[in-house]
Amino acid sequence: MSREQRLSEIIADHEGREGPLLPILHDVQEEFGCVDENAEKAIAEALNLSRADVHGVVSFYHDFHQQLDTRPEVQVCRAESCKSRGVEALMPDAARAAGKRVKLTTVYCLGLCSVGPNARVGDRLHARLDGPALTKLIENA
Amino acid sequence: MTIVRISDDALARACGADALAAAFEKAGATVERTSSWGMHWLEPLVEIEGQGFGPATVDDVDAILDGSSGKAIGEIEKHPFIARQQRLTFARAGKSRPLSLEDYQKHGGWAGLKRARQIGPERIIEEVLESGLRGRGGAGFPAAIKWKTVAAAVADQKYIVCNADEGDSGTFADRMMMEGDPFALIEGTAIAGEAVGATKGFIYVRSEYPDAIDKLRKAARLCAHIVAPFVCEIRMGAGAYVCGEETSLLNSLEGKRGEVRAKPPLPALKGLFGRPTVVNNVLTLCAVHHILAEGGAQTYQSLGIDRSKGTMPIQLAGNIKYGGLYETAFGITLNELVHEIGGGTASGRPVKAVQVGGPLGAYIHPEQFDVPFDYEAYARIDALIGHAGITVFDDTADMGTMARFAMEFCAAESCGKCTPCRIGSTRGVELIDRIREGGRALEALEKVPQMHNMPRRGRTQDEEIELLEDLCETMKFGSLCALGGFTPYPVMSALKHWPEDFRK
Repeated sequence: MSREQRLSEIIADHEGREGPLLPILHDVQEEFGCVDENAEKAIAEALNLSRADVHGVVSFYHDFHQQLDTRPEVQVCRAESCKSRGVEALMPDAARAAGKRVKLTTVYCLGLCSVGPNARVGDRLHARLDGPALTKLIENA
Repeated sequence: MTIVRISDDALARACGADALAAAFEKAGATVERTSSWGMHWLEPLVEIEGQGFGPATVDDVDAILDGSSGKAIGEIEKHPFIARQQRLTFARAGKSRPLSLEDYQKHGGWAGLKRARQIGPERIIEEVLESGLRGRGGAGFPAAIKWKTVAAAVADQKYIVCNADEGDSGTFADRMMMEGDPFALIEGTAIAGEAVGATKGFIYVRSEYPDAIDKLRKAARLCAHIVAPFVCEIRMGAGAYVCGEETSLLNSLEGKRGEVRAKPPLPALKGLFGRPTVVNNVLTLCAVHHILAEGGAQTYQSLGIDRSKGTMPIQLAGNIKYGGLYETAFGITLNELVHEIGGGTASGRPVKAVQVGGPLGAYIHPEQFDVPFDYEAYARIDALIGHAGITVFDDTADMGTMARFAMEFCAAESCGKCTPCRIGSTRGVELIDRIREGGRALEALEKVPQMHNMPRRGRTQDEEIELLEDLCETMKFGSLCALGGFTPYPVMSALKHWPEDFRK
């Protein structure tokens, strides 16, 4: 199936839904790894919006990306609770372990605030991380 | 065969519960995955015939099964951490399988909805009013008043929106509720629908909670026939903290940028798609089915102090020895919570500060630890209860850095609609940096003779602090929503109680 066909299939899946834009963008992001210019145009047309409207939404939310990044991603929580449990001290080594191969990003809170520092890879969560555990997690990502 | 109960809460899973469950199955036991008791330092917690073992690893499996494990904690329900609590919202925590309709029914599920349908909208609202239930999202607005407004509004369609965008660091009660007792939330949403005449409900869950989204979607399908004609749809957020603000959440649901709306019009009159909408927090809606069950309103009303009625699920987080979920009536002090129940810091060092209410909550000094936990008492010391998350810091914490982070966080998460929040937060970061550097020197351009209107000197540290106070004042009163409006709380409280951390 071509990319265009798959895209219109996703859009069709949400027909009749109230406020369909975010669910569509989530599916497109999941399927293609990004919401690029062509996807924005197609979605805008289908929902009778301007491309600027769609672009405004895509660029507003942290979960949507305009460019494809094929690197594996490790999200580390650096909010207050994880800070109080020492996540900042782990970050220099984590950045070194990630290098250019792994995309190391910051997330504000995974809701595991009593057992931090925490990280997320895909839909898997990891808690009680120390230096070696976080480094291992990044190396295996 | 031995029945082993292990939680499938995201926190237990992140601590290795899945591998542990697999190991028990391999050893020949039957494993039941339940909700979490909320004793997080013991996760993964293993329960066999009421007896607990934790924190367990795969290496402990044989010893636990033959009864020789050193990780035994005795009977879970008699554990002091559990026995001291008054659990209402979390009554089923640890005891039921989250997606088992049978378990939910056995523990009193659907009784509230059934009775609500018998007594009708007016009496439902009366009973919620009588219970004294206040919104658990942070502002503490009486739930029944909001419902009454929506019920009285005339429209072709009304909505119930559950705000499950729990983005505050140090809070996880919503997550535990959604993962451990998803039917309770759906029942509460359906009761709210019954009260105001809405047939459609949305639960907006943040994307950082994949487990909660998955469980709620499954639960909504399983109980669709029970709540019908009410329909409950689960929506996923997209990583914007500000969408926890109700009007920005509504914009997000409509498929727009999560920008805050000016109020009025109130969402109760013009909310989702311009229709009358109830927006309630997860914990508010989860308290509803207890209140609507026979005699529930009086029980609820009899708990708590002053105008803060009922119980509050308090979340003990951060650098704390015994972290987890502690539900109790209002009125408890931080001394009890942090030292007696929480056992002090996990690092064993002295407590320096406690942040109550997430990233927008004030830092509280140990000298204020005797203030009773209630909305009004906290307001009097310039603090807020918010979502009742408590993050503990030991004496290695640098409060200047934490104040700077509060501004940095606001800058990263601001929706950009109003100036005090969008610009003020960035200026706040710069100001705190300059304060910590000792003041502001003149820049090269400011020294050239042509700039004769410029002051002839830079600003001292004291002048910069005055400027920060001024900025905080502007943000507090000039911002559209709580993000910009409450960011001054952590900043000003840190500055007030730990000025030495700013003057280095």
